[in-house]
Amino acid sequence: MKDLTDRLGTLFSLGDITEKRDDLAFVSVAPDLLRAVITHLRDVEGFTHLVLLTAVDWIEGGQFQLTYLVHNRTRARDIGLRVFIDREEATMAGIHDLWPTAATYQRELKEMFGIDFPGSPRIDEEFILEGWTDIPPYRRDFDTKKYAEETYFHRPGRETFDPATHMKDKLYPGEAS
Amino acid sequence: MALFELDRSQYPEAKADGSLDIDLASGKYLKLWQGPQHPGITGNMSVELTVCGDEVVEGRTHVGYLHRGFEKLMERRTFIQCFPIVCRICVPEPDFNEYCYAAAVEELAGLEVPERAHWIRTLILEMGRINSYMMYLGGQAGSFGMGVIGQWATYVRDLMLDRFEEMTGARIYHMFILPGGVRDGLPEGFAVRMEETLREVERALKDINDVMYCNAVFKKRTVGVGVITPEMIEPYGVTGPNARAAGVAKDVRKDQPYLVYPELDFEPVTGSVSDIYTRADVRRRDVHVSIDLIRQILQKMPKDGPVMTRLPNVLNWKIPEGETYIRGECSRGEYGYYLVTDGSGYPRRVNVRGPSYTHAMALLEKLIVNANISDVAGLMVSLHTYPPEIER
Repeated sequence: MKDLTDRLGTLFSLGDITEKRDDLAFVSVAPDLLRAVITHLRDVEGFTHLVLLTAVDWIEGGQFQLTYLVHNRTRARDIGLRVFIDREEATMAGIHDLWPTAATYQRELKEMFGIDFPGSPRIDEEFILEGWTDIPPYRRDFDTKKYAEETYFHRPGRETFDPATHMKDKLYPGEAS
Repeated sequence: MALFELDRSQYPEAKADGSLDIDLASGKYLKLWQGPQHPGITGNMSVELTVCGDEVVEGRTHVGYLHRGFEKLMERRTFIQCFPIVCRICVPEPDFNEYCYAAAVEELAGLEVPERAHWIRTLILEMGRINSYMMYLGGQAGSFGMGVIGQWATYVRDLMLDRFEEMTGARIYHMFILPGGVRDGLPEGFAVRMEETLREVERALKDINDVMYCNAVFKKRTVGVGVITPEMIEPYGVTGPNARAAGVAKDVRKDQPYLVYPELDFEPVTGSVSDIYTRADVRRRDVHVSIDLIRQILQKMPKDGPVMTRLPNVLNWKIPEGETYIRGECSRGEYGYYLVTDGSGYPRRVNVRGPSYTHAMALLEKLIVNANISDVAGLMVSLHTYPPEIER
């Protein structure tokens, strides 16, 4: 992977590079460089398969990490591009024109993390959640326990029996144990 | 009521943003919902169809009927507590979740897995592949009115579940592959009983081939329908048998071999044109490959040795900061886990990459246009999608 990251480094200003395995590396890039880097990887370096696009919420640093994982099948290797964006103004340019499937990922990220991709097809359409009014649920500050306690109620539960006591009471009622 | 002629001039114009200008009040178009409660739908999802006569002009996939928030749940559980959750993401082939999660944790935690555990993991994944294909065969045949194939396939799947039960103690969610290895070795006499099961699978496949694949009605309904061209494969993220049917030999087992696949002799099954028929045929031939792989595994695997490495105290197990991606070739294509850790005792983020995410959304919405309503169910099943992978 070093040959690839070296080549990329001569063309673009890259951030942290983590070589995880011989066939997997993660590289940080600035948001405004993402499009140029990923297009270069697709068109020149043969990373034609968009494996996934997802987000990680680093709430402590006030940032979202977007991970674009692309795969080169001929060379059997992957590179993950990490893009850090401001958590308060979570907006990023879409890549749905490069990979049509990216529109689905972007729609999900808008709903689950509140990250906007202006111009992405059906970006404001509900994807999984229907009638959701709370903060995007995959953000770290969404309290699942509190939500569950406020939304659902505890089932009173069934009457349960300790088998030995139950059978004794049933078969020999009134006898002292 | 006026009859519609199949005339493209009847079709809606595209607006500037690419969406179709559909005027339902014109009477030319009709909205139809296929699903979520419909025999011609795969699992808990629905497709909103806009039809002109009996031809589909637009289809939109809707999911969300099964969302259980697995990825979020895992952020609040320790690494070992996540292990029994992951298999529940996919009912028909749960073991891939166990393998990908375990391998990701092992990589980030620096655990070495005993060799025998790798063999048993490979065995389980191939057994699960056969089961998944059997469910598919039943669904694919059923979508064209051949209900009996589903019964035969379910019978064979049940025999394989018996093997799972004796090996793992469970039939559906096995919870057998855990970080560090597998829970146990193979039971006494397992290879003999597995061979009997494999022969039953082969016998059923021959019957299914005679009744389904050689059936003139099935061929007429499926050849040339729902074609995935090689040019669509990368833009639409097509993997697995859907891609291989188009002649693209994409198979993670060969491209980036994992577990003990480098020691096994097999070739990925490919086709020439990825229509419904060829995709079904690739899967049928893939079952034969899995049968052969299981026989090779049982012959070559070490008969004894450890199957589990020693784990740290799992109640207080902290994994160093890092991120990784682990992939494997499941029956539907590339399955992967993206795991991020932050040095605490809980995963920072787990992202499940299931093949259905691309196949059932963007790809299906593309293929469904111009299909006949009666072909929609068959087309959808032919992509072999499971909605839980979309809404993890």
